[in-house]
Amino acid sequence: MRPERSLSPARLWAFGLWLALFLTPLAAGRFTVYILGVILVTGLLAMSLNLLVGHGGAYQFHHGAFYGVGAYTAALLITKTSLPAWVGLAAGPAAAAAAGLLIGSLCIRLNKLYFGMIQISLGSLLWILALRWYDLTNGDDGIHGIPLPEILSGSGPTFTFILLVVGVCLLGMHRILESPFGTTLRAIRDNPQRCAAVGINVRRHQLAAIGIAAFFAGVAGVLFVVLEGSVFPDMLFWVLSLEIFIMCLLGGWFTFFGPMVGAAIIVLLRTVVGGYTEYWTLILGVVLILLIFFLPEGLMGVGHRLRVYRHRAAGAPSRGADRAAG
Amino acid sequence: MEAAPSLASFLSQLLVGLSRAMILFIVASGLSFILGVLRVPNVAHGSLYMIGAFAAHSIATALGGHPAGFWAAMAGAPLIVGAVSLAAERLLFRHLYEREHLMLLLFTFGLALILGDLTKMTWGADYRSIVPPPALQGSLDVLGTALPRYNLFLLLVGPAVALALWAVSTKTRFGKIARAAAVDREMVGAIGINVSWVFAWAFVLGCVLAGLGGALVSPTISVTLGMDHTIIIEAFLIVTIGGLGNIGGALVGSLLFGVTQSLGVLVLPQFAIVFPYLAVVLILTFKPTGLLRSVW
Repeated sequence: MRPERSLSPARLWAFGLWLALFLTPLAAGRFTVYILGVILVTGLLAMSLNLLVGHGGAYQFHHGAFYGVGAYTAALLITKTSLPAWVGLAAGPAAAAAAGLLIGSLCIRLNKLYFGMIQISLGSLLWILALRWYDLTNGDDGIHGIPLPEILSGSGPTFTFILLVVGVCLLGMHRILESPFGTTLRAIRDNPQRCAAVGINVRRHQLAAIGIAAFFAGVAGVLFVVLEGSVFPDMLFWVLSLEIFIMCLLGGWFTFFGPMVGAAIIVLLRTVVGGYTEYWTLILGVVLILLIFFLPEGLMGVGHRLRVYRHRAAGAPSRGADRAAG
Repeated sequence: MEAAPSLASFLSQLLVGLSRAMILFIVASGLSFILGVLRVPNVAHGSLYMIGAFAAHSIATALGGHPAGFWAAMAGAPLIVGAVSLAAERLLFRHLYEREHLMLLLFTFGLALILGDLTKMTWGADYRSIVPPPALQGSLDVLGTALPRYNLFLLLVGPAVALALWAVSTKTRFGKIARAAAVDREMVGAIGINVSWVFAWAFVLGCVLAGLGGALVSPTISVTLGMDHTIIIEAFLIVTIGGLGNIGGALVGSLLFGVTQSLGVLVLPQFAIVFPYLAVVLILTFKPTGLLRSVW
């Protein structure tokens, strides 16, 4: 049942783009490379959220908490212990996944909106700890000048590392979504009762998905540390979590690359618009409301629908909604 | 020798906690009411609270510090907030009720982003505060402890709001319809009731409470940008531990939240703010649907 395993045009384009991006540090200036790095890190975070919300149907309202846990774990292990920096960087995603399973196991007992509310509550506890445990986290100031391995010094190597890790993560996420596990997850999203009736352990699958999504959010958090050399309590703040939702919405739920596209647009928009006005938030709010009204499927979602129409017009059967954009 | 001052500080901290709890309750009950009827966590609630505080300051300042200015501010600010929320609901929000809850939540987030920046445009980033009227200034001497009159005033307002809200939702026609519409919107529409307007007034009523909370808090804190972000998290936590949509639960949650924080100051000042969050985690671990029955 998998005729186009790895040769769909979208995948080829994405792979080509990924390869081409390795050349940017040679051709582009420092700022461009930095912005591309921000896009990749934010996009990975948004894609990890979409893994859970778009494909898993879980109301993960405070995904930023796991991003923050990953980043803070790496930052604290590097600055407060004598362990090698790589250990800190590797521990970040693991800690995020553990936090995801812990918080998830508390949330998973409840239905959609309650799930989200409890997650905001628990995530906010982590935020308040990062903000108030001044001796450990420097509170509001965050932790700066985190020493990184020698090999990651300079914007070029940093970017190459981020691009490599994001590439591996995307491949991993894609494999997970294409696997029987991913199919089960989408089945649970569409009809949890029926899944339970045919003997699928709904909660265990969703909990696993939360752990996986938190892991990738943790990777994004660690990459943020690599990119910026610092962490802030705002990474754990609920506003960031909802901003990631905007990126997924803009790019398109149910599509694989959508959130990355959304993240790229939002980051670029903020960089450009932020230079002209201090009211960036207002513009973001207007964009969000326009999206909700006029483009609820997102850019990739609309692209997919157009392709389906064209296929139908040409007499070809349409493909499954969640496969098409992969 | 030790007992007297510690009793005094205990009493005054308790009063601080209780009066803080009253503000939290007024805001959280509005959030909970909207959750109960519309099933939407209104993220813009904190922004409306902030607008209430700024509007109260503007009204009080416009009346030049006259004692009546305070009362005009307490009445006028919630009305302004009500007008803003009515406009947002009628122009935009009502078209989305058929959509998925996630979209409704994101809409209120968009509203929060816009209202936050509009507040910045209108009032700027300065710190402001309001002077309460002479009758509410100074403090009362109770058991050798000086208790601020304004905090005692809040202890009267909180229960009054609770009583009024309870009466509206259980005794009036509007309250009964709103609760029925929350359970089965189509059925209520089928018997000839305009559900759209019921939802609108329910949303406005909840938002007015946010505005009232903001107006009432303005003499006790400095009114500034960013006060929306903290209150909304606290209000979310309170309605979650209280039971979503349960007004009594919002009261219990607010008391728990306000008192654990103010008494926490006596134990561990630096981590006082962490105590309510820990209480929330403990409650949710053992009773994930909240202390009282959720209306869902």
